[in-house]
Amino acid sequence: MDDTTATAATQKLRFYQKGTFTVGNRLVSESDRSVQASIDRSNALTCGHRACQGCGEALGARYALDTALRATGGNIIAVNATGCLEVFTTPYPETSWQIPWIHSLFGNAAAVATGVAAAMRAKGKPQVRAIAQGGDGGTTDIGFGCLSGMFERNDDVLYICYDNEAYMNTGVQRSSATPPAARTATTPAEGPEPGNVFGTGKSLPRIAVAHGIPYVATATVADLHDLERKVVKAMSIHGARYLHIHVPCPLGWGSVSQDTIRLARLAVECGLFPVYEAEHGFVTGSRKIRRQVPVEDYLKPQRRFAHLFASDEGRGRLKRLQAIADRNIDEYNLLEREGDA
Amino acid sequence: MEHPFGISLDVGTSLNNLTGSWRTEKPVYVDRLPPCNNACPAGENIQAWLFHAESGDYEKAWRSLTENNPLPAIMGRVCYHPCEGACNRAQIDEAVGINSVERFLGDTAIAKGWAFAGPQSETGKRVLVVGAGPSGLSAAYHLRRMGHTVEIHEAGPFAGGMMRFGIPKYRLPRDILDAEVKRILDMGVTLTLNAKVDNIVDSMKAGKFDAAFLAVGAHIGKRAFIPAGAASKVLDAVSLLRSMEGEDKPLLGRRVVVYGGGNTAIDAARTARRLGATEAIIVYRRTRDRMPAHDFEVEEALQEGIMMKWLSTIKRVDEGVLTVEKMKLDEKGFPQPTGEFETLEADSLVLALGQDVDLSLLDGVPGLEIKDGVVKVAPNMMTGYAGVFAGGDMVPSERTVTVAVGHGKKAARHIDAWLHGDTYQAPEKHELASIDKMNEWYYADAPKTVRPMLETARRIDTFEEIQGGLDETNALYEARRCLSCGNCFECDNCYGVCPDNAVIKLGPGDRFKFNYDYCKGCGVCAQECPCGAIKMVPEEI
Repeated sequence: MDDTTATAATQKLRFYQKGTFTVGNRLVSESDRSVQASIDRSNALTCGHRACQGCGEALGARYALDTALRATGGNIIAVNATGCLEVFTTPYPETSWQIPWIHSLFGNAAAVATGVAAAMRAKGKPQVRAIAQGGDGGTTDIGFGCLSGMFERNDDVLYICYDNEAYMNTGVQRSSATPPAARTATTPAEGPEPGNVFGTGKSLPRIAVAHGIPYVATATVADLHDLERKVVKAMSIHGARYLHIHVPCPLGWGSVSQDTIRLARLAVECGLFPVYEAEHGFVTGSRKIRRQVPVEDYLKPQRRFAHLFASDEGRGRLKRLQAIADRNIDEYNLLEREGDA
Repeated sequence: MEHPFGISLDVGTSLNNLTGSWRTEKPVYVDRLPPCNNACPAGENIQAWLFHAESGDYEKAWRSLTENNPLPAIMGRVCYHPCEGACNRAQIDEAVGINSVERFLGDTAIAKGWAFAGPQSETGKRVLVVGAGPSGLSAAYHLRRMGHTVEIHEAGPFAGGMMRFGIPKYRLPRDILDAEVKRILDMGVTLTLNAKVDNIVDSMKAGKFDAAFLAVGAHIGKRAFIPAGAASKVLDAVSLLRSMEGEDKPLLGRRVVVYGGGNTAIDAARTARRLGATEAIIVYRRTRDRMPAHDFEVEEALQEGIMMKWLSTIKRVDEGVLTVEKMKLDEKGFPQPTGEFETLEADSLVLALGQDVDLSLLDGVPGLEIKDGVVKVAPNMMTGYAGVFAGGDMVPSERTVTVAVGHGKKAARHIDAWLHGDTYQAPEKHELASIDKMNEWYYADAPKTVRPMLETARRIDTFEEIQGGLDETNALYEARRCLSCGNCFECDNCYGVCPDNAVIKLGPGDRFKFNYDYCKGCGVCAQECPCGAIKMVPEEI
C-alpha cells in the first residue's frame, strides 16, 4: 500500500502557514498552491447559478472542473446527466458553464461521454478529454448500466459523481446512495424502521473498483487539496476513471447552509465516508482521520437524522451507524497507526 | 438573432441572474482584536508584527513592533508576557512564544544595527522627561518621533532605571540595555545623567519646557519595623540590587534570608546565591499560591536551590539568628499569628517588602493629589498640575517594565495633543477575537519551541544570562504558529469555499472583497474562515 503520496501532499510542512488545510497560503510558491487559490482560476461554473445557499455540489463541480481544465490546458468537454447540477446551472436560455458542455438524458451521461471521446479521436483531437458528471441518482441508479459499460470497455472518460445522497432536485427522494436511517420524501421517519432501511443501497466506488479500471477515488469538498490531487492524477491517466465526491446538500439533509464543508469534514472524520483511491481493482491508499469523532457529531446537525436522537430505538440505530463507520475505518485503514509518518 | 422553432429567448450567461437578491444575511470582512494585543500593557500590535515575521521579513516585523514599543530586546527578556497568557493557541496546544520571537527581533535589530527613523518635521516644542527608566525612555522615544525636542534628566549615573538597578544581569545583560537606550538617544534625544530634578516647576522654567513627563520610578526600599540587635546585618533588596551595579559587591555572608514574596524578593535571593550564599531562604507570610511573584520565577529559584519558608513573619533580628513566628491563613486568606516561634540562622536579612517613590521633586507644586505614596493622574496621564504628566511606578498601577513602557506611549500621545491644544482620542477597540469565532480545524499541530536554559549548575555561581534566545529557524517556526486571530492572513479559504464564486481575490496584501451581486449569504466563508475575520450581519429587508 502506498499511503505516502496522499499524506505528503497535505503534510509538507507541519505548521499552519505552510500546512495545506487552507485553500491557499501566502507563504508558499504559486505552483504549490491549490487551483482554487489562484487569482485567475477558470471558474468553469461561474456566478449566477441557481443552486441553493451553501450548495456542496456547486462547490465540488467547480473544484473538479477547474482542476481538470488546468491539468489539460483547457481541453475539456463536459457531459452532464440530468439532476440538480444540470438544472441549476442551465435553465434555458442561461448557463453558468464556461466550458463546452452537453446534456442529453438522465441515464446516458457515461455513454454520451464515450461518444464525445470517440468523436474527438475521429477528428484528430485526442488532446480534448471527456468528463461525464452526474448526481448520485443519475450515477448509481438511472445511469448505472451505461456507466458499467463505459467502465468495462475502459473508455477514455473521467466520470465524476457528486454524491448528495438522494434525488434533491425533484424533492429529496431516496436513491441507492441514500445512507441507512436517512429520512427522505420516500423513506419517511415513520413506522418500525424510520428513514432509509438498513442493508439497502450500494457503494458505487466499490463497484467501480471491481471493474478493475485504471483509477477510482473518493473525495470530499472538505479536503480541496486531496480532491485537486486526485483530479490531476485522473487526468494523467487514459481509460475509464471514476471519482466519487461527497457533497452535502443543506436542503435535502436539513442542515444549515454554512455547515456544508463542516458536515463533509465530519463525514470523513467519523468514518462514514471513507476517502480512498484504487488502481486496477485494488485499493492503494486512504486519507487518514485527523480528529476522530463519533457518528453523532456528523448526524446530529442534519434534520434527516433527527429521529435517531428522539427515542431509545433511534439510539440503537445510531449504534448500527457507528458500526458501519467502524467497519469502514478497519477496511480502509483510516486511522493513523503507531509508526506511520 | 434568428431563433430555431419553438425557441423565443437568446442564450446567455447566468451572470445576468443576480442571485445576491436571495440574501438575508451578508458576510463582511472585519478585523477583530487579537487577545494578545488586548492583553499587552504596552499596546503592541503583536498579531501584525508576527504577520511580517512569518514571511521572514524581520526588519518590517521589528519596525511594526517598535511603532509601539522601542525596547523589544529588553521586552523579550523581562516582560512577563501577559500576551502569551491570553493567546488563543493555548487552547489548541500551547501559547505562541511571542516573547521569544520579540527577543529574536530585538537581538536581530541590535546585530544588524537597525536604527529608528527620526521625526518628519520639528515642532519646536520642548518636553522634559524626568527619569531614564522604561517609562521615561518610552515617552522620550514617542515624543521625539512626533517631532518634539526631548531632554531626559536622570538622577542616577546610568540610564535604564529599574531595568538596570532592579533587574539582575542574569535576566537582562547590560549590553542589551545599553544598545536599546542608545538607539533612542540616536534619534536626537538628549540625556543628562546625575541630574536629579529637585523641583519640577523650577526645572521646567529654567529649561523653557512646554511640558514634562515624570517617571522617577520607585527606588526606596520599604522598611518594616523589626527589632534588631546591634550586630545584625539588615539591608533592603533595592539597595542590594543597586549595589550590584557598582564596583564593591555587597557582603551578605553564607546564610541569607530574604523577607517578602514579590519578584524583587526572588531577584534578591537569586542574586545572593550567585554572590556565594550557600543558603538563600525566602521568608513569606502567606503561601506559594498567594505569592505576588510570578510562578516561573519561583520555579527557577527553586531549581537554583533557593529555599522557601511559607507562612512565617520575622519578629526579631539578632547576630546570626532570626526569630520567626508561624502564621496561619484565616477564612479570608489573610495570615494570622499563631504565637508559635522558631529561630532561623542567618548572616544577613534582605527586606523585599516593596518600594516607595521619592516625590521630593513635587514639593510645593500646587494641584497635585498624592495617595498611598503615588501621584494620581487623569486618564490622559496628566497630574493635577497642567502640563506635568506622570507614569511608571510613581503612579497607581501594576509595577512592571511593560506597564511602564505603555504609560510612556500613552502619555506621549496625550502630551502631543496637549501641546497642540488638542485632546487625544484613542481609536475604538475592535471586538475581541475569542477562540469561538475561529475555526481550529485549519491549524496544524505545532507545539511551542522551548528556549534553551543555562544549566542550573552554571547558573548559581555566575551572572550569565540564564535564558537563551531562538535562532532564525526556531523564531520563524514560532512566528508561524500564530493563528492571526481576528485578522485576515490571506489563506484564500473564503475565496475557495464560496459555492457562488462571489469572493473576489484582490491580490497579495490587498485581501478580498465580496461580490454582493451574487453572494447568496450562505455563510460558508464565515464558518470556514480560520481566524474569524468574517462576520455575518443581517441584511435590511
